[in-house]
Amino acid sequence: MDTTDQILSGGRSKDRLIRPGNIQPFLAILYLPLLAVLYEIYIPNFFIQLAYVQLTLLVTLYYSLSWRSQTAALFFGAAVGLMQDALSHQYVGLFGITKTLVGYFAASVSLRFDVENSAIRFILTFFFFTFHQFFYWILVRALLGLGMAFEPAQMFIQAGLNALIAMPLFIVLDKLNNRWR
Amino acid sequence: MELLFSRYRNLTVLLLVLFSQLLLLAYQVRSNTQLRILRVWAVTGVAPFARLLENSRSSVYSFFNDYFILLDVREENRRFKAETNRLKLENNFLKTELATADRARALIEFKGRSPSKTLAARVIATSTSAKTVVLVDRGTSDGVYKGMAVITGDGIIGKVIDSFPSASQVQLISDSLFGAGVVSQKNRVYGTLKGQGHNRCQVDRVQNEDKVELGEMFFTTGEDRIFPKGLPVGRVVSVQTGPIFKSIEVVPTGLANGLEEILIVLEGVHQNIPAPSLPSADQITILQPPPTSTGADGRSVPVGTPSNGVLSTDADRLAERYMKREQQRGVRFGTFGSQPPSFQNLPPASTPTSGSQQQTPPQVQMPQPKVGNPVPPGAPQPAPAKTPDAVKQP
Repeated sequence: MDTTDQILSGGRSKDRLIRPGNIQPFLAILYLPLLAVLYEIYIPNFFIQLAYVQLTLLVTLYYSLSWRSQTAALFFGAAVGLMQDALSHQYVGLFGITKTLVGYFAASVSLRFDVENSAIRFILTFFFFTFHQFFYWILVRALLGLGMAFEPAQMFIQAGLNALIAMPLFIVLDKLNNRWR
Repeated sequence: MELLFSRYRNLTVLLLVLFSQLLLLAYQVRSNTQLRILRVWAVTGVAPFARLLENSRSSVYSFFNDYFILLDVREENRRFKAETNRLKLENNFLKTELATADRARALIEFKGRSPSKTLAARVIATSTSAKTVVLVDRGTSDGVYKGMAVITGDGIIGKVIDSFPSASQVQLISDSLFGAGVVSQKNRVYGTLKGQGHNRCQVDRVQNEDKVELGEMFFTTGEDRIFPKGLPVGRVVSVQTGPIFKSIEVVPTGLANGLEEILIVLEGVHQNIPAPSLPSADQITILQPPPTSTGADGRSVPVGTPSNGVLSTDADRLAERYMKREQQRGVRFGTFGSQPPSFQNLPPASTPTSGSQQQTPPQVQMPQPKVGNPVPPGAPQPAPAKTPDAVKQP
């Protein structure tokens, strides 16, 4: 994180420093996205309604907001998105590009706002979910010329549900991160 | 330049990452290939975890099912006995049918009908992009390759669209990019089955003139070279006439009982499409034969039959009157200079005669007989209703 970022974040980045030799936070960065992907590919087999919960996006958002580093966030988003693409039957890069942008913009927002407030987290999750779905739809329609339905009402409902789920989820992840540090 | 890069480092990295992913997309679209190596890594990395999850779930489920839900066993046993009795009856019926049918032909068909070689597999995950693509625990190491059909005992459910060493991706019948050749069971109407992204599929390319009934079954044609002929596909739940083609919706029978155990067709064998089952007793309507009268030659003929003895329509009778008039005028049909036909001032229609009892119709207004109980001409008229006075007469 550069000096400008530290100033903009009000020095909060110092609180996020990881103790040397503690590898648990690094492992969490690996297995939390893996768990999110496993959730998305396994749980909807039995509960199709839970397919609307996009855990990969929520995990990407959480780390992007908490790291406050645009570069790290965009690489993390790209990695999660590409993994998601590889497990789908579509072209590799669609989720990658979308989540890269989500990661970058979420990290940019976190430099200017106190993103540990639950209300702000709710609003940001709602906004970024909508952005993610809309941008993905644009990529599929405009870039690839494939047919894909766009249902704004359904999208806003799903965004609200994901934002509701994000609030307790982020609190749990906060506690886990604090314990591991 | 260096200053510019350090000043806008994050933005530059973002643009580089986006640009490289766009290049990746462009390469895939242009070459129409997929990054197989990345997919193999991802699937190989995730499949063991998914398999572990599925095994744990099924172990726990079977444990509870085996040890704690024994209460239902007695009821289940009773149900199975009833089912066995029903199947025995059906088997006897089929044996009788086979014996009475064309024996040689039935035997030849029966010999030619051998089951396809299949491999059992289990669904371990779904795709991250669409829930109409699933991951199964069989891959190239088990002999599963792209393009193989995937079925259950109830019907087709999809096809393999990609195979990896330890797992394969199966595109379900409900996927919007899925297509298969199908034919209706009753009227042999051919069409193309397409998924719609939900639990109903559409049969496309069926002309409005073709007859498709509600409840009719569709079967695979085998012409798509993926599914063997004769596998059940689905039952028609909606038929609507469109501008050119009908809009037909079917409910896939293969997906009716969920997706856990599936069969991958390694070597398909075409089968015959079964004949539609007989209608149930409440659907059968018995019609009585039409009333008859005695013709000129003494034989009984149906009422309304023309003089030549062939059942005809109103148009035929009109044509007959026209021909009779033109023959009386001495017109020769088909010769040069003949006039266009005119149906004006035709002679009256000849009423059916009752043998030698040719008589003019009575001038008295008679009540018309009811439709369901017609009185044939020439038959003795029913006696008039007796009045109390008539009863008193000796």
